[in-house]
Amino acid sequence: MDEPLVRVRGLVKRFPVKGGLLQRTVAHVDAVAGVDLDIPRGQTVGLVGESGCGKTTLGRMLVRLLEPTAGTIRFDGTDVTRLAGKDLLAFRRRAQIIFQDPFGSLDPRAQVGEQIAEGLQIHGIGDRDERRQRVGEMLELVGLKRDHAGRYPHEFSGGQRQRIGIARALILRPDFVVADEPVSALDVSVQAQVLNLLRDLQSELDLTVLFVAHNLSVVEHVADTVAVMYLGRIVEITDRDTLYRRPLHPYTEALLSAIPIPDPDRPRNRRILQGEIPSPLDPPAGCHFHPRCPIAEQGRCDVDRPELLPAPGVPTHLVACHLRTDRAATV
Amino acid sequence: MSTENTPRRPSLAAKAALVEQLETQAGDVGRLYERPTSQWRLAARRFRERRSGMIGLGIVATLLLVALFAPVIAPYEPTEILIGKEDVTRRSPPCVHVLGCSEDQPQHILGVDGNVRDVFSRIVYGSRVSLRLGFFTVTLALVVGTTLGAIAGYRGGWLDNGIMRIMDVVLGFPALLLAIAIVAVLGPGLTNALIAIAIVTLPQYARVVRSQVLALKESDYVAASKALGSSGARVLFRRIIPNALTPLVVLATLGIATAILEAAGLSFLGLGAQPPTPEWGAMLAEERNQVFTSPHLVFFPGLAIMITVLGFNLMGDGLRDALDPTLNA
Repeated sequence: MDEPLVRVRGLVKRFPVKGGLLQRTVAHVDAVAGVDLDIPRGQTVGLVGESGCGKTTLGRMLVRLLEPTAGTIRFDGTDVTRLAGKDLLAFRRRAQIIFQDPFGSLDPRAQVGEQIAEGLQIHGIGDRDERRQRVGEMLELVGLKRDHAGRYPHEFSGGQRQRIGIARALILRPDFVVADEPVSALDVSVQAQVLNLLRDLQSELDLTVLFVAHNLSVVEHVADTVAVMYLGRIVEITDRDTLYRRPLHPYTEALLSAIPIPDPDRPRNRRILQGEIPSPLDPPAGCHFHPRCPIAEQGRCDVDRPELLPAPGVPTHLVACHLRTDRAATV
Repeated sequence: MSTENTPRRPSLAAKAALVEQLETQAGDVGRLYERPTSQWRLAARRFRERRSGMIGLGIVATLLLVALFAPVIAPYEPTEILIGKEDVTRRSPPCVHVLGCSEDQPQHILGVDGNVRDVFSRIVYGSRVSLRLGFFTVTLALVVGTTLGAIAGYRGGWLDNGIMRIMDVVLGFPALLLAIAIVAVLGPGLTNALIAIAIVTLPQYARVVRSQVLALKESDYVAASKALGSSGARVLFRRIIPNALTPLVVLATLGIATAILEAAGLSFLGLGAQPPTPEWGAMLAEERNQVFTSPHLVFFPGLAIMITVLGFNLMGDGLRDALDPTLNA
């Protein structure tokens, strides 16, 4: 295989924390604290984690809505981390984003057709009639009607709005789409429809997708590879089947055990995590997860931060845990 | 009991019945909404349901018609001095034939002022002066204030600080006092009064626009527009400002009332409209010493100011209710 479409190395996003009378910067938060991630062409990488772990920040950096503090993003072989002007515009045509909130992501004062056509207009594609034609095709592609173009967002349901958001993101025929929790705000019955739509569109348009979610069962449905994030870092990443069958990181185990299983007779051995997610303002020393970890070893996990390393014997399975990489090694 | 079920407002029940009938006829609820409804159209619908707002609109519309057709409505020229032309004396009281004033007297329904001019004609022409001044003042303040506020909110940083601190300074002075100071520098006259009032009211617009821009620039649809490649100007003018418009419409309507009132105040002090311009504030000032001997000379111009300000205020309140249903005040 050649280079993955998106290659992220050491990506950091540091936000200043302002306080006091003069709004001075009193501290920093590393929302994303050094992430390496490859997204292969045509695949869907799922990114899961608790709220506040930095997954949305990471997604927004990948489409250059947020400026990375450090690290590099390579897109199709070129470094796009610091692009500006014309080059950035060209990149924007190829990388798009779908938002979580179907109510906040559409301009309430503009007709949906105008909003979908905005990308074409910005990039100077087609004349008025051609654009209208493309918008109509796009609306049909996402399961709406052509004449919906003249309506306003408040006339649509949440699921329909999300379809409009998808149409807006895909009208430029991008190669790469960040789907930032595209179904979390929707009813369960509508979630399935939108997920299926996304999956169909992905194969039809040959998309590469970063699918951000906090719902593991949703990710299982769409992703080829799954990355688990905790407090700004990726703690485990492997292909979907391995992750769901043989998770290595204790945090992943806890997340998986929290998925409800619709079988009343099945014995439940849920592993309930103690405590809250620690404040990223003052992350714990050593392994970020050790204060909540059921198997943490004193004198090691609270001192040494584990690197994301391949589990021995399974080079595609990366995990950031001293004990699990050890155990796998000794077995 | 059937009486309990009888709706109190039959019009609503009738509407509901009609909707139900239409729904069954169409067989598809969606068809009822075939025509796209913009937010503005929805707001117009809500506005029509408020009585006070509609009264305000009625007053304002009437005033506009009066100003437009002033030459048709007014029986005399506003500056026409009637000595030697008619058998009238200075400050003669209102003479209305149907109310018993003798038919051989010339009819002046609001009386005659100290310079023997027809008060009714002056008030009718005064609506032109006041409305024009109100609109121009607000337009000037709106355009400059919106630009400053939008730049401050969108760019942020030192530019934001600089612009908004200047606005705070302007806001720190009592409005009329600052207006007097500005007119004192520029010199008296209607145009200068207009500029002075615009400067004084400008910070309100800048502040409202800035806060709107600050809130809206973090919204997902702005992010979506940026991700598509929108330039800063495009985001600001296509996505942010249209959504920041609602509070501005309300503020501008109420601002017209304030501007008219302040202009009348400046004219009263002799700093606005100069004689013989038929301006309501100036008319008050000319005859203020005759309040007890000829009360009609101050009563009617005062009433004209009051009705105008009331009309714009009612309309502004109605607009606020219609444009922001969450406010429900």
